[in-house]
Amino acid sequence: MAAEAVAGEAAAPRRAGVVVRALGHRGVLIGLALFGAVVLIALFADWIAPHDPVRNNFRYRLGAPNDIHWLGTDRFGRDILSRIIHGTRVSLRIGLMVVVTTGVLGALLGAMAGYFRALDGPIMRVMDGLMAFPGILLAVSLAAALGPSETNAAIALTVAYTPRTARIVRASVLVVREMEYVEAARALGAGHAHILFRHILPNSLTPLVVQSTYIFALSILAEAVLSFIGVGPPPPTPSLGSVIADGRDYMLEAPWISLFPGLAIAVTVLGLNLLGDGLRDVLDPRMKVEMR
Amino acid sequence: MLRYTLGRLLSAIPVLLVVSLVSFAIIALVPGDMASEMAGPSATAEELQRLRVQLGLDKPILQRMVEWYGALLRGDLGESVLLRRSVTDAILERLPVTLGLTFLALVFAIVLGVLAGMVAAVRPNSWTDQGVMALALVGLSLPDFWLGLVFIWGFAVQLGWLPTGGYVPFGEDPLGWLRSMAMPAGALALTQMGLLARMTRASMLDVLRQDYVRTARAKGLPGWVVVFRHAGANVLVPVITVAGVSVGILLGGAVVIEQVFSLPGVGRLIIGAIQRRDYPVIQGGLLLTATIFVLVNLAVDLLYAAVDPRVRYGR
Repeated sequence: MAAEAVAGEAAAPRRAGVVVRALGHRGVLIGLALFGAVVLIALFADWIAPHDPVRNNFRYRLGAPNDIHWLGTDRFGRDILSRIIHGTRVSLRIGLMVVVTTGVLGALLGAMAGYFRALDGPIMRVMDGLMAFPGILLAVSLAAALGPSETNAAIALTVAYTPRTARIVRASVLVVREMEYVEAARALGAGHAHILFRHILPNSLTPLVVQSTYIFALSILAEAVLSFIGVGPPPPTPSLGSVIADGRDYMLEAPWISLFPGLAIAVTVLGLNLLGDGLRDVLDPRMKVEMR
Repeated sequence: MLRYTLGRLLSAIPVLLVVSLVSFAIIALVPGDMASEMAGPSATAEELQRLRVQLGLDKPILQRMVEWYGALLRGDLGESVLLRRSVTDAILERLPVTLGLTFLALVFAIVLGVLAGMVAAVRPNSWTDQGVMALALVGLSLPDFWLGLVFIWGFAVQLGWLPTGGYVPFGEDPLGWLRSMAMPAGALALTQMGLLARMTRASMLDVLRQDYVRTARAKGLPGWVVVFRHAGANVLVPVITVAGVSVGILLGGAVVIEQVFSLPGVGRLIIGAIQRRDYPVIQGGLLLTATIFVLVNLAVDLLYAAVDPRVRYGR
């Protein structure tokens, strides 16, 4: 029995160890629990939401929280809780799109900049230029120019956040490409594409995993800003930022409209941040608490 | 130092070039006929034509670009369609509000963030440390514009301590300015406070492990002298860099916070322009904000090199 377990452990790749260690990390567990709960709510929004998030009911305008509408209603009598539940779906969808696109683009650009010296300058100067904008302002302007839609919000955020992923991948490619196994592959006559995609990139992605968690968090915050300003997904789509904006003029008589969706954002982002910090501890203990 | 300064100045040029290109390209991204979108459905054919000429849409894009850069070099960002005046003037007029807000938020974030980070680092993994770090994490997970609304609800509506919005120029009434800025700057500062606290703590833990700190302790100096006199200065070096990055985030955040608190700054100008499709203002606002951010980071880098000789010769 014991021998089998040991043999199994030795045979299992290192990844299993990482997963086990991650699940033993308090921050990862709390983060997973918070974020996982939000994901489940978003997935099953149609079943969980007690009311239709876009149905008006003028008899219950600006209704305070009660046992029919747990978190109250807005100026059209729409149920806030249902709007929040459906809003998390929009937030997560946009966040996921941004994580995937920034991840892929960042990996490609970062790998090329780190591997081909001739491309390093041009690619990174463009990235520096994009980084020079306050991210949220760049995203807001782009989303405004492209027109309000969910896809355009994701595109705008991708442009704003790709420089981060590209920088991180480049930094780790610069380290990995000096490794002996890369030299060995080159000596065996492997081509650039093979070396880059089979040897260097897979070994350079760990920091990207951590960064992607933070980018997910940032995207959810930024999407809320876009919808708050009115350049996110167009109404009547219940996005968390637009629900907050709906309540802006009613802080006196109906503060619940704006207050509750902000808490939903905070819980989601907190979960992701805890997850990111935890993964960073587990995946790379040498990395210090740095700026995100 | 001169060589480093020159090198650093030169490296800002490509960045500013990309910044200006992106700002110019924003308008080219607008799908469909920009003039008819700006003018609205009720515009006549002559009005549309006049708008096209005013925006330069009747010319090929390369010519527009050359003219735009030419004007830019003279400090001319074009005409606002809605305000019917120069974009440069409109922005410069509102800049003091935004810079004041950003500056106050930065002061809040640095003072409280650094203090919190130091307190946390003095006893690592103690209850104080874990409490402060948990707060910092919660702080950087909150949407700042929402926090602004929460402040309005709490401090203005419920408690009645501060005005819900509006702006008092610093020159007229410094105390009134502070009262009108306290909530927006506080809301804006909170996320950066969390980041700076985490950064300070990490940097502090690093410095406290150094030999000279151990020597100072071994000499029998009291703990607070070691923390503030010996460790203090070295802790601040990485913190300054992060603060430079924070300026950009705060500038971006200010754009939204101004909207929440009805402050007449550049942010409100830009958001108003976005809602009414006044593209020259969006373009100018974007360009100017990014330029300020680039200059701040340039200043931070030079300051850094002046303080720490290792930076000058390191690269």
